[in-house]
Amino acid sequence: MLKKLRLSVFVMAFWAAQASAELVIDVQGIAQPTPVAIVPFGWEGNSPHAPLDVAQVIIDDLRRSGRFAPIAERDMLQKPTDGTDVDFQDWGFVGVEAVVVGNVVQTGANAYTLQFQLFDVFGRRQLVGYRMPASRGTMRGAAHRAADMIYEKLTGIRGVFGTKVAYITATKQGDGRLYSLIVSDQDGANEHKIMESTDPIMSPAWSPDSRQLAYVSFEGSKSSIFIQTLRSGNRFRVSSRPGINGAPSFSPDGRKLVVTLGGVDGNLDIHILDITSRRTRRLTTHRAIDTEGTWSPDGRYIYFTSDRSGGPQIYRILANGGTPERITFEGSYNARPRLSPDGTRLAMVHNDRGNFRIGVMNLERKDLLVLSNGRQDESPSFAPNSDILIYATRQGRDGVLETVSADGLIRQKMASGEGDVREPVWSPFPRF
Amino acid sequence: MSQLKLFAIVILAALLAACPGNPAIDDPDPTDTMVGGSDGASTDGMGNDPFGSGELIPDPNEGLQVIIYFDFDSSEVRPQDRDLVARHATQLGNDSRYRARLEGHADERGSREYNIGLGERRSQAIRQMLLIQGVRAAQISTVSFGEERPASDGSSESDYAQNRRVEIVYTK
Repeated sequence: MLKKLRLSVFVMAFWAAQASAELVIDVQGIAQPTPVAIVPFGWEGNSPHAPLDVAQVIIDDLRRSGRFAPIAERDMLQKPTDGTDVDFQDWGFVGVEAVVVGNVVQTGANAYTLQFQLFDVFGRRQLVGYRMPASRGTMRGAAHRAADMIYEKLTGIRGVFGTKVAYITATKQGDGRLYSLIVSDQDGANEHKIMESTDPIMSPAWSPDSRQLAYVSFEGSKSSIFIQTLRSGNRFRVSSRPGINGAPSFSPDGRKLVVTLGGVDGNLDIHILDITSRRTRRLTTHRAIDTEGTWSPDGRYIYFTSDRSGGPQIYRILANGGTPERITFEGSYNARPRLSPDGTRLAMVHNDRGNFRIGVMNLERKDLLVLSNGRQDESPSFAPNSDILIYATRQGRDGVLETVSADGLIRQKMASGEGDVREPVWSPFPRF
Repeated sequence: MSQLKLFAIVILAALLAACPGNPAIDDPDPTDTMVGGSDGASTDGMGNDPFGSGELIPDPNEGLQVIIYFDFDSSEVRPQDRDLVARHATQLGNDSRYRARLEGHADERGSREYNIGLGERRSQAIRQMLLIQGVRAAQISTVSFGEERPASDGSSESDYAQNRRVEIVYTK
């Protein structure tokens, strides 16, 4: 406990420190998946093996989506690596609806070309073919990008395999805990610890260009809001006022944060903070707890949690001020609003007969769908395609991450190697 | 002298904070807390006392509990704890060099940032009581850790009861 008095904080550049324990994914698909074949990729280069098994990355991505069932290699009657060698009759006999073939060719010391082609077996035609340059460092990203293009062609929904998630872990360390802010690929690979502290870290939020994270840190036993640039590891403190500085969320243009400030008297209210000037504008003034503000994608509204009616419910207010309007009425506890990037749905923590679960409300129809089945589920965050959510749930005493399709049909667990994992936030789409 | 007293209070606060499960239980064997002893018994390997024979100064606030617990979904100080808060007020009033940080906490249920708000309500409840009893505002700061620093890791009602609390941390 005395160690608590000694402060230790480490901030890391995104590429500098790769954490060892990766998330392990465990799929619990419910829907009927479509059979597809991802043929092992060909390889031409000056070593016996390609730097990455690209086909396996695509197989894992498609399987985890819950919508596809890639067949085993031993069930393939042929293993072409170029589209000209695909025999549609063979694949029809095997019973798959789509086939992916491709290869990796080395073009320099650390230069490669990755190409793939996706075929519709029944239509006997190519749906998409693409060739892209890659290095050893970018090959996995290129493979995810290929999976994204395949997924979009087959489902009509933009894939999110090339996106990232950020989350917080807490591990026991002596009498206290070590808190870490981690960024990984959405499949749990490529974990990077970007900040760690013996004091709590909370509420990570992505900038719209996915280059920065805002978060709350309690270093020095007081709360402050930081913005950290992922590549450089540089960070700056944007809010460290007396009392609570919490719940940051970026505006769609990336210039402002909506934050919660408490002041010396501890009245939590929603404020807009201009990142450049550090000036704040107070949006709510109620004596109740007003917190967890988040922008609507069109920038017009701030949705937030308030217990002005007694228990916590979700309200919205015009971003340039006005009278708050209550949004949720179902149940005694609705908190932590997050809007889908397409603006049609609102995710929240909902008390479902004593259990805290992830609810999604259709903003047009106003109906609430409970998507999770834990007792202490929290921190819902939409994928940038609005089709999947990630959230934290409990497994024993530790928090673990789960994803669920927005229709509730496909749910999967991401079990962490160590510690209590919480507060996942899904990145926006990467900008190529 | 007052430095030592302050140090003792900080240590006491830390020790009490370290055993939140039994905040009100007296030390079962008070002799364990004595330093040194007869028959030349060695103590903690800190070497001989360079100042020769001396005597320990008793902590005037020994036993003053630094953790105040709250009922479910409540930030109201329970009647049986009001005297305890008053004694902290006296202590702070007696020596204006004391500073108290009121650390509010919530149980794990529900949303994390909302729980920061609930923890802050609890530390503000203590703060208001201290202010009413004459403590200067400059001596008090508040922070809420919400559910981020549970005293007890479990998810039972008794774990939750131990986690809904304000810890009073004395600093310089």
